[in-house]
Amino acid sequence: MPTIVEIKDLKKSYDGGFEALKSVSLDIEEGEILALLGPNGAGKTTLISTICGLVSPTSGTITVGGHDVIQDYRAARRMIGMVPQEIHLEPFTRVGDAVAFTRGLFGMRRDDAIVDGILSDLSLLDKKDSRTFALSGGMKRRVLIAKALSHEPRVLFLDEPTAGVDVELRRDMWALVEKLRASGVTIILTTHYIEEAEAIADRIGVINNGELLLVEDKAALMARLGKKELKIHLRDPITTIPSGLEAYDLILTDDGDALVYTYDTKGERTGITALLSALQSAGAQLADISTHQSSLEDIFVGIVKDKS
Amino acid sequence: MNWTGISAIWMFEMTRFFRSIAQSLISPVLSTSLYFVVFGTAIGSRIQQIEEVSYGAFIVPGLIMLTVLQQSIQNAGFGIYFPKFIGTIYEVLTAPISSLEIVIGYVGAAAAKAIMIGIIILITSFFFVDIQIAHPVFMVAFLVLTAVTFSLLGFVLGIWAQNFEQLNLVPLLVVTPLVFLGGSFYSVSMLPPFWQNVSFFNPVLYLVSGFRWSFFGTSDVPIVASLIAVMIFAGICLGIVWWIFKTGYRLKS
Ligand SMILES: Nc1ncnc2c1ncn2[C@@H]1O[C@H](COP(=O)(O)OP(=O)(O)OP(=O)(O)O)[C@@H](O)[C@H]1O
Ligand SMILES: [Mg+2]
Repeated sequence: MPTIVEIKDLKKSYDGGFEALKSVSLDIEEGEILALLGPNGAGKTTLISTICGLVSPTSGTITVGGHDVIQDYRAARRMIGMVPQEIHLEPFTRVGDAVAFTRGLFGMRRDDAIVDGILSDLSLLDKKDSRTFALSGGMKRRVLIAKALSHEPRVLFLDEPTAGVDVELRRDMWALVEKLRASGVTIILTTHYIEEAEAIADRIGVINNGELLLVEDKAALMARLGKKELKIHLRDPITTIPSGLEAYDLILTDDGDALVYTYDTKGERTGITALLSALQSAGAQLADISTHQSSLEDIFVGIVKDKS
Repeated sequence: MNWTGISAIWMFEMTRFFRSIAQSLISPVLSTSLYFVVFGTAIGSRIQQIEEVSYGAFIVPGLIMLTVLQQSIQNAGFGIYFPKFIGTIYEVLTAPISSLEIVIGYVGAAAAKAIMIGIIILITSFFFVDIQIAHPVFMVAFLVLTAVTFSLLGFVLGIWAQNFEQLNLVPLLVVTPLVFLGGSFYSVSMLPPFWQNVSFFNPVLYLVSGFRWSFFGTSDVPIVASLIAVMIFAGICLGIVWWIFKTGYRLKS
């Protein structure tokens, strides 16, 4: 797929010399959902802010749709919508006007049909004439999203869209992101919730200490790093691993009532069938079996630990 | 040019103004009326004419200038400080709109409000004193130039200020004295020579003097000097604004 956002050797040092981004390069593909994962202070917001024009880069280049975000900022910015991490809304403005205002800022003629359509997608149509101070936190966040969508951007940045949002709203948000993607919008979101990245992203980037540690297809990442464990629960506890099973690197649990076998889901052979028949030959009585796949969380913790 | 963007900012600011139209207008109209009652009528009746103009009429241009100056600075300062303070400025900074367009939007709105208030004070003054405007075109030109220049100054202040105290302090500490010492309520020729000379360093003197000339055809300083002074002052403010956006001073990190 064609690249829509191209970041080359981007560095950012804040006043005082703190290096928030250390030579980040990243190509974002048109139509994908990219999740940027990283702990507090990793540089996620700095990266987004630099692309959107809120922070000036120290060095490096960024293009959006082929337009340099500094030299050709008008063309670049027209393609971008951004939802900030914090809620910033003028309290006395009505929801409909707030959305229309952003559309105007982006140089587009007032169009009530489009504004209403966006509000209705975000279940805000009945709040159109409410002043923003009278909305709940979740609604305010949706107003910010509505504003970011008001000029029909091709690329949408969501900085922690589900922080402080209840489970139901989070699902709604995911559904919305999916819907936007279906309409061709490229989406970059940051999150602390690994389950979120796992649930909606196509690709996942991991940032820590201003460095992009990796960017990979979610599936490939899971496959590369995702080991699966098969747990065999035994009817009668045992103290030693029965002979004839040495080849399988089994681990006996502490209470002796289960054996754990680790295998690679993408390997040529998982070895499960052979293991099960070997167990039968050894006379083991099986009570139950279960499998467990390492989550993105395990993977993520592993990467951050390895690199630091 | 992103004219739609400019008008979005302008309309947004004007909406804010009209939302609190009563407050926005009552206070200047009330205080001006009080000035007329106290200075124009009560005290003014005991003051002899200044340059063949009754004192009540003499202070009208000064009063309008005083208010327009204060309103310009206050409106523009608050107009840009507030979005910075509550964080909504992010929207403007990520929009495809140039620095010049942002300034036109905010400063244009602040100046428009100040001009409206100035006109309302002029209308109010017709109820108290009898005045004729000798050079209406110059009057309007001075009004607009002053409102724009001091809105630019207010814009600079609003960007510079990091809290409400700073935002209010400069108008209070610098602008009010300049206005009062700028011949709003008297002719500088009434001052002792030393203070007369000091006054010539006060930019407001040139504004008030020029504005008064457009009413009565007489002035403390030549009209050309007034015009040049306003232009220079406007130029300085424009220069600072240009520098702010070039460096991203207190707007971008
Ligand atoms: N304006 C600033 N001036 C100086 N340092 C800053 C500024 N903004 C951010 N930083 C520093 O840059 C680093 C990265 O911050 P950033 O906000 O990008 O992190 P983040 O990944 O978004 O974190 P979080 O998950 O908490 O939102 C932090 O160490 C932060 O202290
Ligand atoms: Mg952040």
